Amino acid sequence: MPLRLLKYALSKEHPAPRFFKAHETPKKSYDVVIIGGGGHGLAAAYYLAKDHGITNVAVLEKGYIGGGNTGRNTTIVRSNYLTPEGVNFYDASVKIYEGLSEELDLNLFYSTRGHFTLAHTESAIRTMRWRAEVNKHVGVESRVVGPDEIAKACPQLDLSCSGQAPILGALFHAPGSVARHDGVAWGYARGADRLGAEIFQNTEVLSIDVKNGKVCGVKTNKGYIETKQVLSAVAGFTPRITEMVGLETPIVIHPLQACVTEPMKPWLDSILVSGSLHVYVSQSSRGELVMGSSLDPYEVHSTRSTLDFVEGLTSHMLDMFPFLSNVKVVRQWAGMADMTPDFAPIMGKTPIEGFYLDAGWGTWGFKATPISGKTMAQTIANDSAPDLIHSFRLSRFEDYELTGEKGAASVGH
Amino acid sequence: MTLRIAKQTGEWLNRDKKIHFEFEGQALTAFKGDTITSALWAAGLTVLGRSFKYHRARGILSLANHDVNILVTDGIDTNMRADVVEVTEGMKLSAVNTSGSVKKDKNSYIDSISPLLPVGFYYKAFHTPRRLFPFWENIIRKAAGLGIVNFNYPRILKRKQHTHCDVLVIGAGPSGLTAAYLAAQAGLTVTIVDENKQAGGSLGYDRAGDAASVAQLQDLLNKVTSQDNITLLTASYAAGYYPDHLIPIVSAQGISKVRARAVIVASGAFEQPPVFRYNDLPAVMLGSAAQRLIYRYGVKPFNHGLVLTANDYGYRVALDLLQAGTKVVAVVDMRKAGDAAYTAKLIEHGVKIYTGHCVYEALASSDKSSVKGAVICAYDDKNNLALTSNKFTLACDGIAMSAGWTGASALLYQAGTGMQFNYQIEQFIPSRLPDGMFAAGKVNGVFNLEQRLQDGVRAANAAIGYLGLKAVQTEAITHTGSSPSHPYPMVPHEKGKNFVDFDEDIQIKDFVNAAKEGFDNIELMKRFTTVGMGPSQGKHSNMNAIRILAKIRNLPVEKIGTTTSRPFFHPTPIGHLAGRGFHAHRLTSLHDWHHTHGAVFTDIGAWKRAAYYPAPGQAKQDAIQAEAMAVRHSAGIIDSSSFGKIELHGPDAAEFLERFFTGVYKTQKVGACRYLMLLDESGVVVDDGIASRLAEDLFYLSIGTSNAAAVYREMQRYQQMWQLNLGLVNVTGAFGAIGIAGPAARIILATLTDLDLSDEAFPISCVREAKVAGVAARVIRLSFVSDKTYELHVPMSQVPHVWHALMTVGEKHGLRPFGSDTQRLLRLEMGHAMPGVDTDGLTNPFEIAADWAIKMNKAYFIGQRSLAILAKRPLRKQLVPFVLAQNFAGEMPMDCNLVIEGQDIIGRVTSISYSQFIGRCIGFAYVTPDKTALGSTFSIRTDNGSLVTATVVATPFLNNQKDA
Repeated sequence: MPLRLLKYALSKEHPAPRFFKAHETPKKSYDVVIIGGGGHGLAAAYYLAKDHGITNVAVLEKGYIGGGNTGRNTTIVRSNYLTPEGVNFYDASVKIYEGLSEELDLNLFYSTRGHFTLAHTESAIRTMRWRAEVNKHVGVESRVVGPDEIAKACPQLDLSCSGQAPILGALFHAPGSVARHDGVAWGYARGADRLGAEIFQNTEVLSIDVKNGKVCGVKTNKGYIETKQVLSAVAGFTPRITEMVGLETPIVIHPLQACVTEPMKPWLDSILVSGSLHVYVSQSSRGELVMGSSLDPYEVHSTRSTLDFVEGLTSHMLDMFPFLSNVKVVRQWAGMADMTPDFAPIMGKTPIEGFYLDAGWGTWGFKATPISGKTMAQTIANDSAPDLIHSFRLSRFEDYELTGEKGAASVGH
Repeated sequence: MTLRIAKQTGEWLNRDKKIHFEFEGQALTAFKGDTITSALWAAGLTVLGRSFKYHRARGILSLANHDVNILVTDGIDTNMRADVVEVTEGMKLSAVNTSGSVKKDKNSYIDSISPLLPVGFYYKAFHTPRRLFPFWENIIRKAAGLGIVNFNYPRILKRKQHTHCDVLVIGAGPSGLTAAYLAAQAGLTVTIVDENKQAGGSLGYDRAGDAASVAQLQDLLNKVTSQDNITLLTASYAAGYYPDHLIPIVSAQGISKVRARAVIVASGAFEQPPVFRYNDLPAVMLGSAAQRLIYRYGVKPFNHGLVLTANDYGYRVALDLLQAGTKVVAVVDMRKAGDAAYTAKLIEHGVKIYTGHCVYEALASSDKSSVKGAVICAYDDKNNLALTSNKFTLACDGIAMSAGWTGASALLYQAGTGMQFNYQIEQFIPSRLPDGMFAAGKVNGVFNLEQRLQDGVRAANAAIGYLGLKAVQTEAITHTGSSPSHPYPMVPHEKGKNFVDFDEDIQIKDFVNAAKEGFDNIELMKRFTTVGMGPSQGKHSNMNAIRILAKIRNLPVEKIGTTTSRPFFHPTPIGHLAGRGFHAHRLTSLHDWHHTHGAVFTDIGAWKRAAYYPAPGQAKQDAIQAEAMAVRHSAGIIDSSSFGKIELHGPDAAEFLERFFTGVYKTQKVGACRYLMLLDESGVVVDDGIASRLAEDLFYLSIGTSNAAAVYREMQRYQQMWQLNLGLVNVTGAFGAIGIAGPAARIILATLTDLDLSDEAFPISCVREAKVAGVAARVIRLSFVSDKTYELHVPMSQVPHVWHALMTVGEKHGLRPFGSDTQRLLRLEMGHAMPGVDTDGLTNPFEIAADWAIKMNKAYFIGQRSLAILAKRPLRKQLVPFVLAQNFAGEMPMDCNLVIEGQDIIGRVTSISYSQFIGRCIGFAYVTPDKTALGSTFSIRTDNGSLVTATVVATPFLNNQKDA
């Protein structure tokens, strides 16, 4: 047993302090207001303090921290994207993640398990080679592998998928990982709090004050806050916030659903994704299979569950793993994914001075949490976006300079 | 030492039928109808399972699938819920997640080091130094999970059915049965569902020592079964609520998806364990569990039992225990006073009653397999304090506990019901029900039997009225009498081990400590402590968790709220949910022919297409080259039936095409074909195809296989907006198509048709309607794979006839079939780029030099506005045809290899192939605009990293023939 657990056994009082202070009423003004207490918003608060010494920061969360998509995703971290810009960005995220448990002194169970994107068609193999070649070029470990190598990593997988969609190969991405999603939010919250940022839960932004094209404050259910800099990091709620400042984005909201089984003794060591069967699955450190599928095909601003989602997903799970017939699904849930036309995020400055956007995270937000926090902090501190996120700027849609990541979406949403 | 007692009225056993089975290697007997748990308890076994985290010995808690204390495996299946799974002949069972045996689990040492494992311990350690994490993770991963999955378990798909009813009643207890009967009497079709094997709910087992309720239940059941319009489903549970009253009902046989016009939720309540030290020992069980044991299975829970209660229900349990022959050592009531009548009755039986007292802790027997007594002390109900100064011990071999309930409200929550905490009964009850939803009985906060029956009547009337029939609307029923639930049935103990969540081994102090660390709202507390996240999903723990948090924060319970309820009510097997897998594979009418002729198939969209036809032992590349050579030198034939085929009928057909595609169609002559290119709004190439004008008001479109469904869907979507005067008909499945190509194509075809095939009469890009081999055909002349290509579109059923006729005639001309892989090579030789292969999600027409296909001077087409903007911008990449050096012998580049210059990616290969006919490797690649001039060279990096030089050439590649 690690010695650091000894103090819990030896002390009469629980020796751990609060993760973050329980602030109730915001001050009159802050240098920066961050809307959204998910992983991204909290990470931005943390890096604003740590990297830039900006600590007079309020994080406003309308529910509880990490309760949005941070707490609803299937926790996969990877960088096997299609564009060099995308690969570099997500790779930077992976690199931070690898040391994040130590940095935040919180075990995020960042577990590098290897990630297979299964190819069932020749055309899928083509796209995978493309991704592998781009990944290799920028130094990320991805390669196209044959069925043998997949079988070695996951001998339980039916390579013929019940004869319905034989697996021809896969894109293997060695750094593919999973992590405890809640922990990421809590770790950043604690880090930001210790450095001086203030976190307000149950605090909803009602409107944003913009005068002469400049942000000057936000109205909340707990009073008015003066500020010149506002970061919106609210994923599926982005349209509500951008509406407040009259900003147009091409974001559309689709529900994304997931489900989880009862715990069983771990047997699935890798992370598997099948584009053709619309499945991604990994086994958590509790022993549950965590499974997700494609976006719901229509725009809905809701986190309701549907039966046809779980029917479709489990049907395809059985194609891959026929022996799971009597393994039970415990729970299903949904998040709201803010999708962009090119499957890349929208990050950086906006035409409104002092209003920064961290949005368009669709189905790929969790894996980018550290790097988005870091680069958005940089953007706010310098009022200028770093090169790493230049390709993700909002103006790319006007400029016809999209960053085409559709081909790298895990299950071809 | 058997605890089996004499036959009980209404029991679920068939005592004539003995069952032999094994548990952990011990041979045992049971009766037909026993669950695994009841059989084991009857046999005197107490340690039936081990807890998930600390591996503590566990016995019965709810005997109702509200906990997972007892999960077993029979070697085939795992995580079987022993409380509700019937024992069958020959079962060889053992507990899951144990090492050695359940009695002497080697992992039970974890319990003794539990102080080292505080709440959220896994967040607090194992991550420094980083390099050691994989070591710790491996240990933790091994400890995780419950049962071991059997990789040989068969793929079992359960049936699915869709059913409808006027009223779905969930729960066949007294209120549900009453409601169902009344609704049926009103002429409505009713389905009533209950997860138990037999209907009746608590009416079957909550008897207070008196069998009168059995007759009452029988009477109710007789009424219900006499109604033809009631379907009673037992051993079936309502798994979740989905919008518009869609409720999947799960049974061992499969899932019925019930769509009901109205739903009455009469799902009862889960009994909640009071919390005290060692409340999880085997033989400490809920009062309702003890009653179920007695009346369903004829098993005495204990010999010398103590009843801990905080409501009147515990008194009823005590009377039932007495009836079963248990000596009731005492009734310990946490309240100041109990019900006078019950008290008198118990005293009559010589039962000692301690009001204002609590169980401070249960005492384990020496081998920790059971209970040997309980430490009792006075209890300060107001301040929730155990007054230990005068504590004393009572010997007993078991404790039944009854302190309160929580409504089985999951489906109500999922339906969006507003719930309010009612302090009179200490329970969340519905305050605002969605349309067509009704609640009755305990879930509605009504506990007395007579009132529950009335509540069933009231709910049924409300549903009947809702469905437009005449009904007597009655007032809501309010609970009378003492509260069925104690506001805070928890006894603090400095040494802890007072469990709230039995799935996850969570104690009171874990909540206190979680709150100390800032996880002090219910959602964060759930996530940090994992309360309610185990397989029983908080059925026995969420309410107590809410109470504890309310106390910690000094807030009323309703300010704490609940966590979100999600499907499923009980964990539901994948084989049930999946039902029959649906894989839409489309086959052409020639599929069997291809198969018998050795075709290798490939999936394109939903279609299976013949990719090539290797001779036995022939390599793929050799087969493709041979097929291609036949097309170049004699003739080839291909089954193109999978092409998307869409007809546009009507005066606005040409107008529609002009808006939808980039070309001009109004001027297209009847009998002519024109190219189609579809863009999206941002100017990206989506697909292409051919429009054949068969009449002024009839266009026949053929488009690529993989995108056809999406293109048709998009056409429909735009037609919805445009409302033009035309009809769109997808005839993909109605028509098949045969392509015949090569120098001999014309002569072969000529023998089967009267059509004038001369270049003058039938040039390229024309369509004719004629009979071919006696079949009415649309004949389209194209140049996609060769200058002499005819596509014959005939009804799908006629394709084999025409194909065989062509094959027969063509044999002497060297006609042979070719597949879709060969087609790709042929079109490459012709220099045609293919959308989806040579384009990606961002390619615009300028980048593939398709400017010719864009008619910008039209009023409108999809993507036009974007193209106008793009036209003014410099190109960033361009698709160019290239060849590799003659006699190139290095590592062959592949599709999607990158074009590299220095350290930069400047493009990628989209198509590359060796062409035997041309004698070189040819292909398409994207490169930067400075590399596009004829004769320019660029470097392709192969899979293994070598660089290969490619040279830009002109198309068609055929002109680059080695000898040409």
